[in-house]
Amino acid sequence: MKIDVTINGRERSFDVPPNTLLLNLLRERLDLTGSKYGCGIGECGACTLLLDGEPVLGCMTLAVDCDGRTVETIEGLGDGDGLHPIQEAYLEEGAVQCGFCTPGFIMTTKALLEEEPNPSEAEIREYLKGNVCRCTGYVNIVAAVQSAAGKMR
Amino acid sequence: MNPINKHNTHIVMPFEYHQPATVRAAVEILRKHPGAKPLAGGTDLVPKMKQRLLEPKHVVNLKKIPELSVVEDRGDAVYIGAAVRLREIEKSETIRRRLPLLSSCVRSIGSVQIRNMGTLGGNVCNASPAADGALGLVALEATVHIAGPGGERQVEAKSFFEGPGLTVLGEDELVTGFTVPVPTEDTGTCFISVGRTALDISTISIAVALTMDGDRVKDAKVVLGSVAPTPIRLADAEKQLKGKTLTEKLVEDTAMKVSESIKPITDIRGTAEYRREASRGMAVEAITKAWREGRTQR
Ligand SMILES: Cc1cc2nc3c(=O)[nH]c(=O)nc-3n(C[C@H](O)[C@H](O)[C@H](O)COP(=O)(O)OP(=O)(O)OC[C@H]3O[C@@H](n4cnc5c(N)ncnc54)[C@H](O)[C@@H]3O)c2cc1C
Ligand code: FES
Ligand code: FES
Repeated sequence: MKIDVTINGRERSFDVPPNTLLLNLLRERLDLTGSKYGCGIGECGACTLLLDGEPVLGCMTLAVDCDGRTVETIEGLGDGDGLHPIQEAYLEEGAVQCGFCTPGFIMTTKALLEEEPNPSEAEIREYLKGNVCRCTGYVNIVAAVQSAAGKMR
Repeated sequence: MNPINKHNTHIVMPFEYHQPATVRAAVEILRKHPGAKPLAGGTDLVPKMKQRLLEPKHVVNLKKIPELSVVEDRGDAVYIGAAVRLREIEKSETIRRRLPLLSSCVRSIGSVQIRNMGTLGGNVCNASPAADGALGLVALEATVHIAGPGGERQVEAKSFFEGPGLTVLGEDELVTGFTVPVPTEDTGTCFISVGRTALDISTISIAVALTMDGDRVKDAKVVLGSVAPTPIRLADAEKQLKGKTLTEKLVEDTAMKVSESIKPITDIRGTAEYRREASRGMAVEAITKAWREGRTQR
């Protein structure tokens, strides 16, 4: 099936079988391997990306369902040279260890800060509930979100 | 391709994809292709397809059907289309103000990502005994609107479910939406759920709606999730409350009745004993909160 999707600002056309998942299209056809495959069934958030600006799970989204829509992944955040303030904040606060969960966390954080530029710790923890990190213990991640919020205000 | 798909990385089996623009067209596709599956948010369906528990040859996306995506305040009721996403329900000022019980049921589902994808229709049609949205609709005595080849029909939410994963829906039928009566001003409501982890589905959940005249209970609804094959209303507990003046003692007694009248099972999320014990504490809290809210809203 033919689909047109805007990915990180670039309009693209594909011909995909309906059983293709958005995450596989990104990782296998476009080599956009920032979004990660963790569980594949909605429980870890490592595949989180923004679809029409909202955080969804690439591992459970059919590519054909994205026809005419806009996808944003971690690769779309920086400008090529500099990092996005959220990426900077995650590095500065030690919120990245192995880094496997980081792209998912950062995309969810971006959506959160667009909705609520000044979230409380409780709001941050609630919004990031669908993202799992096996390394950091979340304290540094919460600090990174708060620091990013400061940078972006 | 790996036929076992152990790591859930792909949907192994191919299928034909349909994207109808009207309910009529969707029903026609379902009728023509027995075994076809409607797809809303896919948060229940897609994992099942990846795990090869379900392998439909036809998938019918419902999200391109405008009439399934409306939320409408109709005065004494709110109409919610089946394909309205959970996050839209959560954000809807109308639903927050007029159906706070449903609003809190929906807010407790999964994560932001799951709620951006999942729909109320999917939550109900999946018919999990743990479905939080379904629990709210049963407690609020919602009507389920169904469309099929023969036309439309309506079913009360509490009669819609027949068991885990089982509903009254025919293979060629669709849920189009829900009419949810707005509780009267003197009604207080409360929803509580307990899960193992932040993201897990509920181990046990309860929704209570009390219509109060001062401290006297005019009407009561007590509904539990994850303690039976479907969400269930506890008629015995409701009867114990109706017409009585609420006291702490009556709350305790009713909570005891709740825990006695359920027949929970032991599964990976909790033991029957745990559920029985938890239901009592949760009932005390839910009835007390609904009582306070019903009293102060007068
Ligand atoms: C990580 C995770 C956490 C979750 N947590 C919770 C939770 O806390 N509480 C909870 O209740 N649920 C939870 N769920 C389950 C799920 O997200 C919800 O039930 C959601 O509302 C399903 O909606 P959907 O639109 O994604 O359904 P889909 O997956 O699209 O559909 C579900 C089923 O219903 C059928 N269907 C869908 N719409 C219709 C319709 N209009 N007419 C007829 N049939 C239809 C489909 O064919 C399918 O069989 C969770 C799921 C995941 C993956
Ligand atoms: S890989 Fe998508 S949620 Fe885990
Ligand atoms: S940094 Fe390793 S999983 Fe989060």
